[in-house]
Amino acid sequence: MAVMSSAVTNPHQFLQAQNRWHWIEVAFWLATLLPFVLTPSYLSLASQIAITALFALSLDLILGYAGIVSLGHAAFFGFGAYTAGLISKWGWGEPLSGLLIAAFSAAVLGYLMSFIIARFRHLTLIMMTLGLGLLLFEVANKASWLTGGADGLQGVHMWPLLGMFRFDLYGYTAYTYALIVLFLLFLLSRRLTNSPFGLALRGIRENLTRMRAIGATSRSHIRTVYTISAAIAGVAGGLLTQTTETVSLGVVDFQRSADVLVILVLGGAGRLYGGLIGAIIFMVARDQFSGINPQYWYFPIGVLLIAVVMFLPNGILGGLARLVASWRSRSQ
Amino acid sequence: MKRILAGLGAIAMFAMPSAYAQQSVKVGVVMSYSGQFADTGTQIGNGIKLYMKEHGDTVAGKKIELIPRDNGGIAPDVAKRLSQEVIVRDGADILAGFDLTPNALAAADVSAQAKKFMVNMNAATSVITTKSPYMVRTSFTVWQLNESLGTWAYKSGLRKVYTLVSDFGPGHDGEAAFQKGFKDAGGEIVGSARYPVANQDFAPFLQRAKDANPDGIYIWVPGGTQPAAIGKAIAERGIDPTKTKILGQGELTFEDSLKGMGDAGLGIITAFHYDYNHQSAKNKAFVTAYNAEFKRNPDMFSVGGYDGMHAIYEALKKTNGNADGEALINAVKGMKWESPRGPMSIDPETRDVVQTVYIRRVEKVGGALVNVEFDKVENVKDPWKARMPK
Repeated sequence: MAVMSSAVTNPHQFLQAQNRWHWIEVAFWLATLLPFVLTPSYLSLASQIAITALFALSLDLILGYAGIVSLGHAAFFGFGAYTAGLISKWGWGEPLSGLLIAAFSAAVLGYLMSFIIARFRHLTLIMMTLGLGLLLFEVANKASWLTGGADGLQGVHMWPLLGMFRFDLYGYTAYTYALIVLFLLFLLSRRLTNSPFGLALRGIRENLTRMRAIGATSRSHIRTVYTISAAIAGVAGGLLTQTTETVSLGVVDFQRSADVLVILVLGGAGRLYGGLIGAIIFMVARDQFSGINPQYWYFPIGVLLIAVVMFLPNGILGGLARLVASWRSRSQ
Repeated sequence: MKRILAGLGAIAMFAMPSAYAQQSVKVGVVMSYSGQFADTGTQIGNGIKLYMKEHGDTVAGKKIELIPRDNGGIAPDVAKRLSQEVIVRDGADILAGFDLTPNALAAADVSAQAKKFMVNMNAATSVITTKSPYMVRTSFTVWQLNESLGTWAYKSGLRKVYTLVSDFGPGHDGEAAFQKGFKDAGGEIVGSARYPVANQDFAPFLQRAKDANPDGIYIWVPGGTQPAAIGKAIAERGIDPTKTKILGQGELTFEDSLKGMGDAGLGIITAFHYDYNHQSAKNKAFVTAYNAEFKRNPDMFSVGGYDGMHAIYEALKKTNGNADGEALINAVKGMKWESPRGPMSIDPETRDVVQTVYIRRVEKVGGALVNVEFDKVENVKDPWKARMPK
């Protein structure tokens, strides 16, 4: 990693330095409160950005840190979304417990899948995850008695959050809820990646064979992080269901897996804030461009992506880090 | 980063709602302008545009302002958010558009919650209009067309029919509706199959249908490239549409479908509510104006948008420009008018469309394949809702 500069002498110091809160991070999280004041009519968009950011964060854990390429991560997102939807449909509309169950069920699916995932790398992995995603899409489509099929799941109705806050038309509750969940899971991910476990994951990403050679376990690490990632993706899916009270095949389709990958690449994989920044830029750009021209808004998005990939191969955050590094070296 | 934020801020400025909104009625149009279903959105949009061009953009002293929003395909979460946003952010009074069932269902919640008039211009699943008391539909329902076709098929002399449908929601609806109409009339379903949504090879399915030795084969297809593949398989399997009748919903013989099918399509019988070849003075004028404006023929989507705008204009005239959801929906209940598709009205009880279902046969007229209407069932209500316990 580029930011792992020569000043670091041993892993403990490195981790300690990483765990400290930088003022930019604090400013970033304070800025997430701005929509309440500045753009209160954009809160439902803000809530969906937070959910997408959470989903991107879950992909970052496996792709950015452990190097597990996935083209089917929507499988877990969708699994969580449908679980949360079904619980509500069957008469239990309490959001928090519903979210926990969604996380748990996605984690179980992720754990089962991880036994296959841990055996493969690279291209094979892309095919495997793609296959898993398509498979789950077909299952959701076929089992229309359960999922509502192409018409979407009907009858999802959430109770007020904590028995007090109704999910309102303006999205106050939705954004507050999504933001708090995002922040908590971000803290968890931050702790996780800045731990010896996180370092081991980076080792796996960089060179799996050498990790084995130094006697480090790799498969159990991969299984663990994959399960955690699946659970977080499930939470993101559950949040989308609960804040919109709808579930459709769109939550498991390939487009969602592809979008989240694009978001992560855009923001910068291998950095926890990459997915967050990517989600904000992608969703805001999409919202604004499609508002200006509902037919051809994909064009400016495409140009944006090409520009980022050409000029900032490590994403926006990667580019920023390079800028800061060059600025520092010049001022020294 | 700063520059990016500044850029985004500049873009955001353009999206700010305008403040001089007092004398206008804003219509949020939520549908798919991009992605797989982009053409549906384009055609609905064309219908809307043509109506506004013909009737002016001012009604009952209020200027009609459209706020188009792209749904980008099957995405009810997006449809719901966009509907919320056009109401809370842009101050929309009316929701319109809605090309796909899941999206319409999700937006219906918003309409019900915000008490806003909603015009469903396309999505065709029966249940949709029950989800909001402020919703009206100006397209059709799958049950309306296919149950009528089933009943008609028995009356026309068919006794044994095989059904073949696309294996997803609307296909299942078509299958159930046709079978119900046909069986209730006294017919027999000698077999049925569902083909995978993305299927391109229909030969094995049609062979199986042929082996069941039916008088007719009912096929439900969602349009796209499949009708051409079906036409090819019909010819290949040696099925003669003049002897073994091929029946279906109008998508099977869309203008584009027929081009792909060629002469294999001759004799196919479909039930539909609109075709550009419908013979009436009103439709002739509509098609001519449409051709001049958009250089193509109108289709069922166009007419859904066109009639949807008609419902909005006429309702506003009745309420004298009052865009309140309650007032508008009451104004539109029982409304009757002459559409390019023929006479249509809004059922005062269900707020759903009541219209003529035309039975058409593919024939060659002046060297081109067209759907020629040769029979019709008038004043068809949505049968699914008629059976629902009140």
